[in-house]
Amino acid sequence: MNNISRRKLFTAGLAATAGLGGLAVAARLARRYGLIPPDNGGVYGPGETLNYAAQRLLTSHSQAREFSRGMISKAPFANAVAPPDDRFKRLQAGGFSGWLLSLSDLKSLPIRSQITEVVCEEGWSYIAEWIGTPLADVLNQVGVLPQARYVAYYSADRNWWDSIDMSDALHPQTLLTWAMNDGDLPVGFGGPLRLRVPRQLGYKSVKYITGLTVTDSLKNLGNGLGSPGPEFGYSWYAGI
Amino acid sequence: MVRLTHWLTVIAFFALLVSGVEIAISHPRFYWGEVGNVMTTPLFTLHIPSSRDTVPTGYGFVMPDQNGWSRALHFQSAWALLLTGLVYGIYILGTGHLRKDLFPAPAQRTWRAFWQVIAKYLRRAPPDEAEAHSYNAVQRAAYLAVIFILFPLVIWTGLALSPAFDAAVPVAVNALGGRQSARTLHFLVTGSLILFLLAHVTMVSLAGFKSRMRAMITGRATLPPERP
Repeated sequence: MNNISRRKLFTAGLAATAGLGGLAVAARLARRYGLIPPDNGGVYGPGETLNYAAQRLLTSHSQAREFSRGMISKAPFANAVAPPDDRFKRLQAGGFSGWLLSLSDLKSLPIRSQITEVVCEEGWSYIAEWIGTPLADVLNQVGVLPQARYVAYYSADRNWWDSIDMSDALHPQTLLTWAMNDGDLPVGFGGPLRLRVPRQLGYKSVKYITGLTVTDSLKNLGNGLGSPGPEFGYSWYAGI
Repeated sequence: MVRLTHWLTVIAFFALLVSGVEIAISHPRFYWGEVGNVMTTPLFTLHIPSSRDTVPTGYGFVMPDQNGWSRALHFQSAWALLLTGLVYGIYILGTGHLRKDLFPAPAQRTWRAFWQVIAKYLRRAPPDEAEAHSYNAVQRAAYLAVIFILFPLVIWTGLALSPAFDAAVPVAVNALGGRQSARTLHFLVTGSLILFLLAHVTMVSLAGFKSRMRAMITGRATLPPERP
């Protein structure tokens, strides 16, 4: 009896040591290859980190599903979040003056359109054609330093901003969208300018875009968590 | 190891269930096909209040939004369940538990053997000595279905709800008939798992809740076998 428990204890100790050692090595590798999301702390930090790391390892270069024109939703639905304040009115009147590129400059860059599904974390979805300028083209136009790791983007809705890593920022389907289906992007769907990130849930596709910041760290932006979402429990990485 | 993974699965399953219910409350409408929202016709609707004022429920109030922590708990528990399942899978393959105790023994591979167990349940006959230490034909079939059909299905339909996973493996969602079909199936498979859970706990109670719980926690059946 005594023998068995000693052997068991020894095996368990060995397994625990190997496990902890493995974790430490994994954590170092993950940090080195940028697999740690900004909201890696707290009770749900391990889950957030596993989601982000696993998806970045497996799905980094994949393309979101595109659909045929016939599958475009006849009556798309959008959560109403339009704040009709002065900032928004200026934006609607073409107030992109703080930008290196104005909205008309954006429209003169190569145009891309895609028919993709907007997926809300609540469970509903719709398909629309989104027309705009790839964020990658804008970043190339402006010039981005090699140490850039994230792009943060801001909304006329003061409480709303977000950020994505370079894998999504340089992704060909990530569009600064200014038109939808047959016309201009309606206000309810984020017009005049919305960043569409089709490989993540709808809440990452921020409406009424007013500005962008390219950065090597999210620590000094706002709450340091990459977006207000994590404060309310919503993951920074919303590819899941 | 079977007992340890069983209880880890219980914890993860309840966490997934509670958080899953909270997530469903934010949109208690289920659709078939690729897209679905309040502008389209649902396949069926749960007649419960919602945590979003955009969903027409017929109730004059909105529940508090619990999706933030629910989603985080849901995914973290899903990881726990997946890793536990992997350990369990390797263990039952490696030790022969799957071959010896879960696959029906030759004598159990007939409908007759199956119906005999059902008839015995219906007569409410007490379990015999062999059943205290091994699974009968019905138990084996039910456990195999849960381990190799329901859990893989619930994981698959859950993964199909991840937009980035769908981008990488489009067939995972397309084969299910679209995103909303995957969501509806995820809900229905969860329902089947709950049915199993109810049946399972009922059977445990009928067989003697205390002694069966003791057996599943300590590994000793009511009549402990002699150790060599």
